[in-house]
Amino acid sequence: MKSTKRNPPRKGKLIVVEGIDGSGKSTQVQLLLKWLEARGEQVFFTEWNSSELVRQATKRGKRKNLLTPSTFSLLHATDFADRLTYHILPYLKAGMTVLADRYIYTAFARDIARGVDPRWVRDLYSFAVPPDAVFYFRVPLEVATARILSTRSKIKFYEAGMDLGLSNDPVESFKLFQGRVLKEYDRMAPEYQFKVMDGTRSIDGQQQKVRAVVGKLYDSAPAAEAS
Amino acid sequence: MTPAAKPRRYFGHGLPYCDIRDLTGTLITLEGTDGVGRSTQVRLLKGWLEVQGYGVIETGWTRSELMSETIGAAKAGHNLNQLTFSLLYATDFADRLEKIVIPALRSGFVVLADRYMYTAFARSVVRGADPGWIRSVFGFALVPDLVLHLKIDVDTLVPRVLRGRRMDYWESGMDMHLGSDPYESFRKYQRKLIREYNRMSREFGFVDLDATLPIDAIQEKVRARVKALLEERKIRALTESLETIRPLLFDPEPEKPRGGLETAGARGSTPAPSSGG
Repeated sequence: MKSTKRNPPRKGKLIVVEGIDGSGKSTQVQLLLKWLEARGEQVFFTEWNSSELVRQATKRGKRKNLLTPSTFSLLHATDFADRLTYHILPYLKAGMTVLADRYIYTAFARDIARGVDPRWVRDLYSFAVPPDAVFYFRVPLEVATARILSTRSKIKFYEAGMDLGLSNDPVESFKLFQGRVLKEYDRMAPEYQFKVMDGTRSIDGQQQKVRAVVGKLYDSAPAAEAS
Repeated sequence: MTPAAKPRRYFGHGLPYCDIRDLTGTLITLEGTDGVGRSTQVRLLKGWLEVQGYGVIETGWTRSELMSETIGAAKAGHNLNQLTFSLLYATDFADRLEKIVIPALRSGFVVLADRYMYTAFARSVVRGADPGWIRSVFGFALVPDLVLHLKIDVDTLVPRVLRGRRMDYWESGMDMHLGSDPYESFRKYQRKLIREYNRMSREFGFVDLDATLPIDAIQEKVRARVKALLEERKIRALTESLETIRPLLFDPEPEKPRGGLETAGARGSTPAPSSGG
């Protein structure tokens, strides 16, 4: 991945979980966090869309339905750039482990599903550092939507992709939009060597697999402190 | 129908969901560094165009509905880095492009942009961004019909800015840590920016205008350029509409076959009507 400047030296590990809404990735990343901490690793957790810098603009844009596919994409890229600067790179440089609930692949999947140019959005995020492992929690569309719809009273406008005019019914629109996002994830899986996890398996069964892969990352490399 | 001689195009990969073939308006941009006198020239040009009956829409840097507050707050807080600085501008630009510029061009307005993507390129590149990266980020921008570049040297610029207003943190590039003295920092930063604008003038074919001239003299040159562009576009539009009606004007009325008496191969161009009737 090219960078706007050369990649900074980093010692820590960056582990990413990806998947559509309702894939179970957040549950898995929290369990992974517990395990890594129990092992004595210093871990920092970061979530998609959580920087202060563009929070107001994002909120305002969403509330008033001001966002277009390109401004939606650029606001998220700005958010990501801010978090990369303050929440990811310093921790990696300090030799810590960073767990990211969603990374650039979420942007690729959603933005392409919204209709932006795939090459454009990849160039846009070329400043990102490549992760050490990406877990992709794959579930059939019906499973994921059933999980989301059973726990939410209301689907939000952009979450349902209502801005695309796929359907006037939020639930129907949500299904269509998530279907597109799922297709993009599947397309990216080989390109970025995702570790594909079967999200329909038991929670602890999946977690054992995740831990086995992550454990190897620590075993194969010398300890983070020994640079 | 003949396509336009210079069809409207995107700078890079563009917005796949936004068709720009029907944008009939004219996009004119004014570029140049801080304090060079762009806004004055835009105001005078707008008035002049309106007197002639042109519909004019003005758009200015960081004035988008979506981003203006956020950019203001971020600048006040001095907590931007090269990446977020570039991306906030790009977001503001995209919002104005899709909400103001494209709809106005579709309705046939003259759009005057006080700064355009080239300002983002200059500011990002002097802060260390990869020139290729920042250009690809703005791939969704429309290529303007005219870029008027107010060209100045730093020695003329400094007293002009000092007379007009205070030295501003960002206009002095204080975030770049070029020195603790705002005056020295301003000079160094503006010199870098001006060099970047001059380099882009060659890369993108700006029309350079000497910004050290009096305001009226500059405006005269601005108007001459804009007049030439609008006339050229009018002639082109006229030619295009002529093309579409040419068959009606110059081709004789297609001969109707009378009672089966068909003149053999008289007109190769007109397809023979299927025999019947």
